[in-house]
Amino acid sequence: MASKIGLIIRREYLAKVRNRSFVVMTILSPLLIVGMIVLIAYLAKVNDDETRVVAVLNESSFFMEEFQPTKNLSFVQFEGIGLEEAKDSTNALEYYGLLYLPNEQNVEKTAKSSYLFTKDNPNTNITQKLENIFQRQLRQDRLQKLGVSSEQFSTVEAPFEINLATFEGEKSMKGINEIKAVIGGGFGYAIMMFIIIYGGFVMRSVIEEKTSRIIEVIISSVKPFQLMLGKIIGTSLAGLTQFTIWIISASILLALAVMLFGIDLAQLSGDSPMPAGPMGAGMSQIEGMDSEMLLYAQEILDIPWGLLIVSFFIYFVLGYLIYSSIYAAIGAAVDNETDTQQFIFPIILPLMLAIYVGFFSVFSNPHGPIAVAFSLFPLTSPIVMLMRLPGGIGEGGVPLWQFLTSVGVLIVTFLGIVTLAAKIYRTGILMYGKKPTYKELVKWLKY
Amino acid sequence: MDHILVAKNVSKTYGDYTALRNISLEIPTNCIYGLLGPNGAGKTSFIRIINQITHQDTGEVLFNGEPLAPHHIAMIGYLPEERGLYKSMKVGEQALYLAQLKGLSKAEAKTRLKYWFDRLDIGDWWNKKVQELSKGMAQKIQFIVTVLHEPKLLIFDEPFSGFDPINANLIKDEILQLKENGTSIIFSTHRMESVEELCEYIALIHKSEKILDGKLSDIKKAYKNNIFNIGLQAEKDAHALLKTLEEKFNILSSHIDLAENQLDFKVQLPNSNTAGVLTELSSMANINRFEETIPSANDIFIQTVNNKDNGK
Repeated sequence: MASKIGLIIRREYLAKVRNRSFVVMTILSPLLIVGMIVLIAYLAKVNDDETRVVAVLNESSFFMEEFQPTKNLSFVQFEGIGLEEAKDSTNALEYYGLLYLPNEQNVEKTAKSSYLFTKDNPNTNITQKLENIFQRQLRQDRLQKLGVSSEQFSTVEAPFEINLATFEGEKSMKGINEIKAVIGGGFGYAIMMFIIIYGGFVMRSVIEEKTSRIIEVIISSVKPFQLMLGKIIGTSLAGLTQFTIWIISASILLALAVMLFGIDLAQLSGDSPMPAGPMGAGMSQIEGMDSEMLLYAQEILDIPWGLLIVSFFIYFVLGYLIYSSIYAAIGAAVDNETDTQQFIFPIILPLMLAIYVGFFSVFSNPHGPIAVAFSLFPLTSPIVMLMRLPGGIGEGGVPLWQFLTSVGVLIVTFLGIVTLAAKIYRTGILMYGKKPTYKELVKWLKY
Repeated sequence: MDHILVAKNVSKTYGDYTALRNISLEIPTNCIYGLLGPNGAGKTSFIRIINQITHQDTGEVLFNGEPLAPHHIAMIGYLPEERGLYKSMKVGEQALYLAQLKGLSKAEAKTRLKYWFDRLDIGDWWNKKVQELSKGMAQKIQFIVTVLHEPKLLIFDEPFSGFDPINANLIKDEILQLKENGTSIIFSTHRMESVEELCEYIALIHKSEKILDGKLSDIKKAYKNNIFNIGLQAEKDAHALLKTLEEKFNILSSHIDLAENQLDFKVQLPNSNTAGVLTELSSMANINRFEETIPSANDIFIQTVNNKDNGK
């Protein structure tokens, strides 16, 4: 009995793994993904690395020390030449532009009559940076007139960020809930994709057995339930194999790519819209951000990864079993894949709902009533609960009873659905030529 | 007599539809038993109960004297009417898989498969994919897989559909050989010509009910209606001879060959006593043919089904 299921699992696994399109997808996907990452990183790097040179013709006695090179912008000082000459030189040397500061009696006037000459419309990043330099100097100049020394000015300029804390006194940070939800959402999304892709595989495999008419030969040797279970398990093992290969080969390829192309991955993640403060205002702020990043990293490390992975496994297994047995029942009920549409939609609906509820409701309020309801409802809980779990279980996270109830409900639902699906499956695999209606499926449950 | 399978009052309904109504059958050990009936009569429903694919609602099925149980599956071989193989799987691998599902060990299955592949002359198909085979070739594989685990009871549902005449003959001989070796065989079909050649016993199922069963020769005897085909060589006038005969016998049809003075006719006699008739005829002419028309299984089939439908 058990050995028969083993035989079925083995056949389903091998049939899937040896399938040509499966092999191609398994090998190609990591290459494609890593290729994309490398390409994006490369483009970002090329974009970033382009240091623009602006020539400065400063005829005034101000702004002597202000034009310091930054990461993307450096300056070349022209001296002792006229404006037209300087323009020609800028063009000849292929600099980005020419900044001209005429000789005026004060900072205010100098700034007002300064010009930036460029070939085309200037890049806003550049103008922004130049404007910042002028603004800072103007502010300092105006304050000096009011009697503020330059040392005092530096103290005043020190950046500030508000401190955040929870009522329990725990230090909290801007956006950390969103980060946690994104991590949980990643897990939830992975479950949804796996269910849709591999549930589809199970369904097609059932349809194949029906159309090739081998089904009756097989179920004269094994029980339909054994065949269904073996098929579901075998297919999911093939899926796990594929995932494992993807993760391993993608990591290796990524490591290789980093070594070969010298791509800085931190730079990549820095580009993602982290909810940090407005970027790139001044040098001092960048330093402040580094320490803040460290705190975020600390917080991400504090996410209960062990719990998350264990519950990912629990929710994944139960969710997949529930959905794929429905898929198997659908495959048994129809004669060909085109007839499956009317039954597929109601299955995908709760999955989509879970993702949307997750992104719109759980992100903003992980423990609100909607999030709780959907993380208990068995058809959405595998996704929604995982989005809530990065906050941990217990105080400040998901209450223990909710977690246990959700798993319990899921197990009960699994047993119920598998029983119903097995009944439809048992009857459906021997039915040919009829396009079943929902009414008919209900009738099959009673046979 | 031993019975490999006994069904007592077996009924099965699917929702409102009655597939089998109080079917009782006794299938003797080591014989070929024909399960006949029009399409949709309930043959396949009955066979699925024997194979434990479905279960009867009421009634009892005994296999070798024991109530049907899961371990009997390994002793039954079933070739369904709707049959096929995994298209993208290799022939040998697939045969091994199906044999193992029937409980054979891998090594044992391999040895037996080699034997059968050689016997049916298909040894070089082992590494071919099923989709490369013709329909008839795939049927051979299916036949092998059905008999490989040497079951006590073999069930063939329309076994010859899909075979060309040569291969159908080959399979027929194999079926007879299996019977010689002691296997009991249930042979389900609506094609009567094969029944005459193979079956010793038959049961006729019509509209979910058994309407006739027993030994084929006994059934035929019961369905005899004393009709004889007789050929006479008349001495002078065949027409005159026919006239004389028509006065004495119930002649159903006749044919005269004037050139040869040959009279052929079909006659229904009042009883099966032919001795008196023969003496009488031989006094009038030379008898060159005298044979009883035995109803074919096809005739019996049609007659019984019609009688049933007409409420007789």
